[in-house]
This record gives sequence, structure tokens and C-alpha cells, in this order.
Amino acid sequence: MAFRNDDDKVAYWKENLSLLVKLLVIWFVVSFGAGILFVDALNQIQFFGFKLGFWFAQQGAIYVFVALIFVYMAKMNALDKKYGVNEE
Amino acid sequence: MDIQTLTFLIVGATFVLYIAIAIWARAGSTNDFYVAGGGVPPVLNGMATAADWMSAASFISMAGLISFMGYDGAVYLMGWTGGYVLLALCLAPYLRKFGKFTVPDFIGDRYYSQTARTVAVFCAIFVCFTYVAGQMRGVGVVFSRFLEVDIVTGVLIGMAIVFFYTVLGGMKGITYTQVAQFCVMVFAYVVPAVFISIMLTGHILPQTGFGATLADGSGVYMLENLDRILVDLGFNEYTSGTKSTIDVFFITFALMVGTAGLPHVIVRFFTVPKVSDARKSAGWALAFIAIVYTTAPSLAAFARTNMIDTINGPDMQGTEYAEAPMWIKNWEKTGLIEWNDQNNDGKMFYSGDERNEMQVDRDIMVLANPEIANLPAWVIALVAAGGVAAALSTSAGLLLVISTSVSHDLLKRNFAPNISDKAELLYARMAAAIAILIAGYFGINPPGFVAQVVAFAFGLAASSFFPAIIMGIFSKRMNDKGAVAGMLAGITFTAAYIIYFKFINPAASVPENWWFGISPEGIGTLGMVVNFVVAFLVFKCTKDAPEEIQQLVESIRYPKGSGAASAH
Repeated sequence: MAFRNDDDKVAYWKENLSLLVKLLVIWFVVSFGAGILFVDALNQIQFFGFKLGFWFAQQGAIYVFVALIFVYMAKMNALDKKYGVNEE
Repeated sequence: MDIQTLTFLIVGATFVLYIAIAIWARAGSTNDFYVAGGGVPPVLNGMATAADWMSAASFISMAGLISFMGYDGAVYLMGWTGGYVLLALCLAPYLRKFGKFTVPDFIGDRYYSQTARTVAVFCAIFVCFTYVAGQMRGVGVVFSRFLEVDIVTGVLIGMAIVFFYTVLGGMKGITYTQVAQFCVMVFAYVVPAVFISIMLTGHILPQTGFGATLADGSGVYMLENLDRILVDLGFNEYTSGTKSTIDVFFITFALMVGTAGLPHVIVRFFTVPKVSDARKSAGWALAFIAIVYTTAPSLAAFARTNMIDTINGPDMQGTEYAEAPMWIKNWEKTGLIEWNDQNNDGKMFYSGDERNEMQVDRDIMVLANPEIANLPAWVIALVAAGGVAAALSTSAGLLLVISTSVSHDLLKRNFAPNISDKAELLYARMAAAIAILIAGYFGINPPGFVAQVVAFAFGLAASSFFPAIIMGIFSKRMNDKGAVAGMLAGITFTAAYIIYFKFINPAASVPENWWFGISPEGIGTLGMVVNFVVAFLVFKCTKDAPEEIQQLVESIRYPKGSGAASAH
């Protein structure tokens, strides 16, 4: 058993899942939300030379995706350390 | 120097580089061959993953597709990048901790079932074959245009090169070669885009030039100008699409989930030393992919503007065919551009209504773009080298999965469990060689439906692997019967829908006949839902997974104690 006790194991997985859900909500909102479902409403807003919805669909969502993975990486590494289950 | 000589020089130089790397990083063991000994640094692995993922299709065809689809092109942009988020957050770290060579290995062990393993092996082989056939064709197209050899010779040269470094190098050789190919590819993609962006908008970055004002001093935004021109010519606005919202939603989702379920991409995350490296590696892979995927839509819009401008002329009245630029004449020879002077005025005119006189194949946009914009010859040669790099790197990755599936999953795990490491390696190399021959055959004699088959591969990956892996990680108690029933139901449903609309009754493939307005490209999403629902229902009626499997699932949920990936 790599965890100190069973409570730790449950708590670790819970924190992991809650982080996962938060990040996936952002993932969904920028791509399916801003880029697809609400694209017409957002297109009324001008963002530099873009219509905002169009920008999210063809540029913005991709930048957010990259950021999400790096945030996940940093947070998970910290979580592993907190519970002592990181690799040496 | 002319374009011909330069292309020979630049493509030749990159080949020498790839082969030298393959020899330097030759595989010595099955571990080296399958997963590069688990010793590839995450940033390099990220580059290799990016090269693996960016196929000839993304390099050559994607910007062209977007160019003609406008907003709807976002399904590819978001679909093929968003899948990485799923992969990085939900799959990669856990599969790395699990520490086996292949996806069928995971499915077979997690669901303690030979049936599940065999279903997974056949899905993996099928998905990879459909891909690789298209890639070989891509190599052939690039060669035949730029080296002016016929397409058969082009494919044969490509086969020889891929054979050399897949069969000798295995994963280790491929990984380092792909790093080199990635650099060639990105350079080749971005350089012309930067040139064109500067010419059109004065911005160095294509990503900002995309939303900037035109450099002609009119103060009009590039996209606004393009929208206006297109509407005047009888097309739709560039920034709004023609597909229904539900279809865009489903296609994007299917491509995302399909990406996350593709075996040749997943296997990449077995090649890094640690779980934290698997997370990092996915991040770098997407960062590198994003360079190309944010450039592509800019390039697409620039290309459309430039193309209309050169064909219709500055006054939008058409230009004399006698004075047509070289690129039109060059591509007319390949049959990918056609001009048909309907009103007999000797002028070319391009539009979206009955005035149109031009047929332009969308696949040529990236390759022809530097010629359209009159860029220097070395840029054109560079684009050729990039296209070849894209096609070769993806073929190599796919061939490796095929050979691994045959020698490891099928032979060692099913028919001949006692073969030695050395014999297994020999079989892996033989399988790769045979796979190249078959892929080459399809490259020379392509089935008329490569594009449809690729949609098929995505649908299959989305409706089979993805749910099985997700449930295998996030549900401790999910059992073998549920998973197998789910995979079979998902695949059957998706395959039936695609086969009906694409092969049996293509004439009926119109939105009115589609279920809920979902096109065959997007049906994988529904197939995935079917898989989840069936698996859950069967699971509810049968026993939980045994205790030792539940412990196995618990142990892949945290990183500590992951060794190098191993055979067993």
C-alpha cells in the first residue's frame, strides 16, 4: 500500500476527480459552448477583426486546451506530493 | 536553381537525416522496439507524438478543407485538439501506470478476458490499416507533383524509406526520427503562412494577421473583406457555417473521442519513464500540435482570399486565361484545377453560382499556396519536404502498432505464449514488412473511398476503445461481460450506420434521412453512448469484477511504483 491509510486513498481520488471535473467543464464551455452552441450569440461581439464565436471555434478553444493540460499537470504533481505517492 | 532541383536537394537532405537517425537508434530488444525502452524524455516524446498525430491528411488537406468550409472547419480544429485534453486528463497517466505495451493488453488484463483482448486487437489493426493506406497515397501525391515521377514510383520510394526505419529501429528509432520530422513539418507549415500573412496584413504571426486589417490601406478587416467577397460571389459567409448545430456538435465530439481512442496515439504514452512524464508529454504534444492547428485556419482564410483575387482579378470581373499565373497551368496538368469557359469571354471566373467557370480541388490548397502567393522556390520545396515528413511519420507509427498487435497481442498472448524475446522481435519485424507491402498496395491502388474509410476509423475508435478504457479506469467494479457487450454494441451500431449511408445507399445520405440530423461522420458519438449504456445495463445484471482486478484498478490510480512498461 502506497498510501499511509485508506482515508488518504479515498481523499486523493476524490481530489483528483474534482480537479478533473472542473477542468472538463472549462473544456466543454470553451469548445462546445462558446464555439458551437452559443456561437451565433457570441458572433455579435467584435474581438479585434474576429467575430468572437468564430474566434473561439478556430483559435481560442485550442489555446485553452493547451493551458488546461499544463494546469492539470502542475496540480496533479502537487497532489501526488501532498499524499506522498509521487515517483522518485 | 529551379524548383525541381531544390526539391530534390531539400527532400533528399531530410531523408538522409531520417535514415541516419534510424541507424543510430537501432532497437536491441522487444522493449526498445515496442516502447523505446521507456526512456524518451517528455518534451521529445511530445514532439514525436505531435508528428505521429499530424498525418499527411492534416498537413496537406486540412487547411484546404477549412478554406472551403469556413466556420464549419472548426470541427477538425477543435475535434483533433480537444481529444488531447481527454487523453491527457482521463487516459494517459493511468495507462502509463498500468505499464503494458499495447491497448489490447490493457483491455485484456483489466477485463480478465481473452475475448475482450481479441476484439481489441482486431479493432486496433483495422483502425491502423485504414489510416496507413491513406498515408501512403499522400506520399505518392507529394512525390508525383514535385519530383514529377509517376505516383507508383512515388509510393515505392516512400515504402522503402518507411520499411527501413520501422523495421530496423522500432519505437526507439521512430521516436527520434519523428522528432526530426516534426521540426521539418512545422517549419514547412509556418514559413509560407508567415510570408503570406505579412503580404496580406503586415502581421508576422498568422494567428494575429487572421484578425487584422488588410495591408492595402483600406482599413478593412481581412475576415470582413473575405465575408463580403464570398457573399458577392454567391457563397456563404466565411465566418458562418452551413452544417446544423447538432451535426457540428456530434462530429466534433466524435473526432475528439476518436482521437483519444486511437491506438497509435495512446501507445506514445507508454514510452516515457514516469507517470508525471506522461502528463507532461501530452501537454507538450498538444502545444506543438497547436502551432500547426492555429496556423491552419489563418492559412485557410488567406488562401481563399488570394485564390479568388488571382482568379477573378482586383476588379472582380475575371482575368484573361491567356495571362493566367503559372500555378494554374501547373495544377491543370494534374487535373486538380479545371477551367471551363462557359460565356466564351476568354476570362476565368470563380463564384458560388451559375457564373462559376472553375473547378478547384480543395486538397491542393496547402501545396499550391506558396505558388499562388508567388513565394520563393525554396519555400515551395520546403512544403514538399514537410508533406513527405508528415506522411512518413504517421505511417511509421501506425505500422508499429500493426506489427506489435500481430507479434505481441496475437502471437505471444494467443497462439504461441512460449516464443523467445528474439523470435518475437523477428515476428514483429516480419509483420511490419508485410504491413508495408499491403499498405503500399493500397497506396498504388487506392480504394475509391479513402476519406470515408478514415471517418469509419474514427467512429470505430470512438465507439469501441474509448468507453472500454474509461470504464476500466473510473469504475472499479465494471466487469468483462459489460465491457465486451458494450464494445460489440458500440462498434456494430456505428459500423452499420456508416456502412449503410456510405456504401450501401450513399444517395440517401442527406440530412433529412439522418437520425436526429447526425451525419455518418458524427455517429461515433452516438455509438459511444450506446457502448456506455449497454455496458452499464449488462454490468447491472452480472457480477462485479473480482477482488484482484479491483485492486489492480486502485493501483493504477496513483503514480507511485510505476516501473518501465513491461511484457508481463
